[in-house]
Amino acid sequence: MEAAQAQWVKVHPLIVRVTHWINAFGILIMVASGWRIYNASPLFPFRIPNELTLGGWLAGALQWHFAAMWLLVINGIAYVTYGIVSGHFRRKFFPLTPATVFHDVLGALRGKLAHDDLSVYNAAQRAAYLAIIVCAVVLVFSGLAIWKPVQLQEITAIFGGYESARVVHFLTMALLVLIVVVHIAMVILVPRTFPTMITGRARRAS
Amino acid sequence: MKRRTMETSLAGHSPKLIRSIERRLFLKQGLSLGALALLSGCELTDDEGVQRLLMGMSGLNDRAQGWLFNPNKLAPEYPESAITKPFPFNAFYSVDEVTLVDGKDYKLELEGLIREKKPWTLPELYELPQTSQITRHICVEGWSAIGKWSGVRFSDFLARIGADTSAKYIGFTCADDYYTSIDMATALHPQTLLTFRFADQVLPPKYGFPMKLRIPTKLGFKNPKHIMSMFVTNEYPGGYWEDQGYNWFSGS
Repeated sequence: MEAAQAQWVKVHPLIVRVTHWINAFGILIMVASGWRIYNASPLFPFRIPNELTLGGWLAGALQWHFAAMWLLVINGIAYVTYGIVSGHFRRKFFPLTPATVFHDVLGALRGKLAHDDLSVYNAAQRAAYLAIIVCAVVLVFSGLAIWKPVQLQEITAIFGGYESARVVHFLTMALLVLIVVVHIAMVILVPRTFPTMITGRARRAS
Repeated sequence: MKRRTMETSLAGHSPKLIRSIERRLFLKQGLSLGALALLSGCELTDDEGVQRLLMGMSGLNDRAQGWLFNPNKLAPEYPESAITKPFPFNAFYSVDEVTLVDGKDYKLELEGLIREKKPWTLPELYELPQTSQITRHICVEGWSAIGKWSGVRFSDFLARIGADTSAKYIGFTCADDYYTSIDMATALHPQTLLTFRFADQVLPPKYGFPMKLRIPTKLGFKNPKHIMSMFVTNEYPGGYWEDQGYNWFSGS
C-alpha cells in the first residue's frame, strides 16, 4: 500500500486546480464576448467571425463580459493571494533568468524539453505562467480604464487616455490568447499533464 | 417515411448515384450539426435561466456603478482643437430619417414629482443662464468623439422647476420615439447639461434639435436627443435600449 502511494507525487494543490479551471471558463467567456464587443466598432481593419463570439449581439456580449468580470476578479484575487501568501509563486516561478528561459524555449522548439518531474516548472513554463498573470493584471486595469474613463480617469490616464486604453486592452487580449494557444498545444504534446491539473497528482517517473 | 419516399423517387437510378446523393445528404446534415454547435453561444444566451442570471448581474452592475459614482468627479474637458470633426451621427435609424421638430410650436412638457409643471418654450429656455463644455462622448459600441455642447446646467433647471430631487429617477420621452431614464445623482452632476447648442450653433436636427441632455458621465445612448417631455419618478422607467438588454446605469 505504502509502496503504491509512493509512486504518486502531489503536483498541483487543490486551490490551484480549482482557480485554474474557473479561470479557463471565465477567460473563454471574456474573450468570446469581448470579440463580439470588438465587432461593434472594430479598432483594426478586420472583424472576428460572429460564429466565434458569445452573446448574439452587442447587448448580450456586454452582459456576458460584465458578468464574467466579477467571476474572474474574485477568482484572480483568491489565486494571487494564495500564490503570494503560501510562497507558491516564489517556489514555483523562481528563480527565473532570461538565459534559462531562452535555453528552455529553444529546447521546447526542438522537442527536447524534459518533463520528468511535473511538480517542477521549467523556465519556459515559469515565464509563460508569469506572463499570463501580468497580462491578466494589464487586462483588468485597461478594462477599468475603458469602463470608467470618468470615475477612474487616473487609471485611464496611465494608459494614455480612453482610445489608447482600448488598443492596450485588445493587444493584451491577443497576447494572452497566443500564450493560451501555446499552453494548450504543449498539453497536447505532453498529455499526461492534463489529468494532473484535475487530480493534482502525477506518477513519479521511474 | 421520408426515407422510403426518397428511395421510391430514386428508383430506377443507378446505385452509384443514390450513394452519392446519400453521401451529400449526410454531409449536409453534418454541416447543419456543426452550425448548430457553433450557434450554441447564441442559444446559451437565449436560455431563460442564463438570461435571468445575466439580467441579475446587470442589476448588480447598476448598483456597483451607483456606488462608484462620485458626484464631484468631473469628466475631463478638452481644448477646442481636440474637437472631432465631423462629429459622428448615431441613432437607431439612419441620418436621412432624422426627426424634424418645429421650434416655433415647441414646448417642453414636465410631469411627475415636479412643483412647477408649466411647459417651457424654446425662447424661455434660451434665456436661462447658459454654460459650455467640451467633453468626450463615448458610445456603448466603443468609439468615442469629442464635441462642444452649450446649455443650462440641469441641476439649476431642476431647482427652478421644483423637482423632487429625493426621487430616484428622471425619465425622458423624445420626438423620435426614443426614451430613456437616469438616476438622480447623475441628473444633479455639475456637468449634466440640458443643451440647445452644438459647436456654438443651434443644435442641428441630426444632433437632437431642439435639445439634448448631455451627460459626460454616461455612455452616449443615455444622452437623449429631441426631448419632448421629462418626468420625475420613483418607479423605474427603463429605456429604449435598456429594455432590450443594455445596462441601465451605463456610467463612464
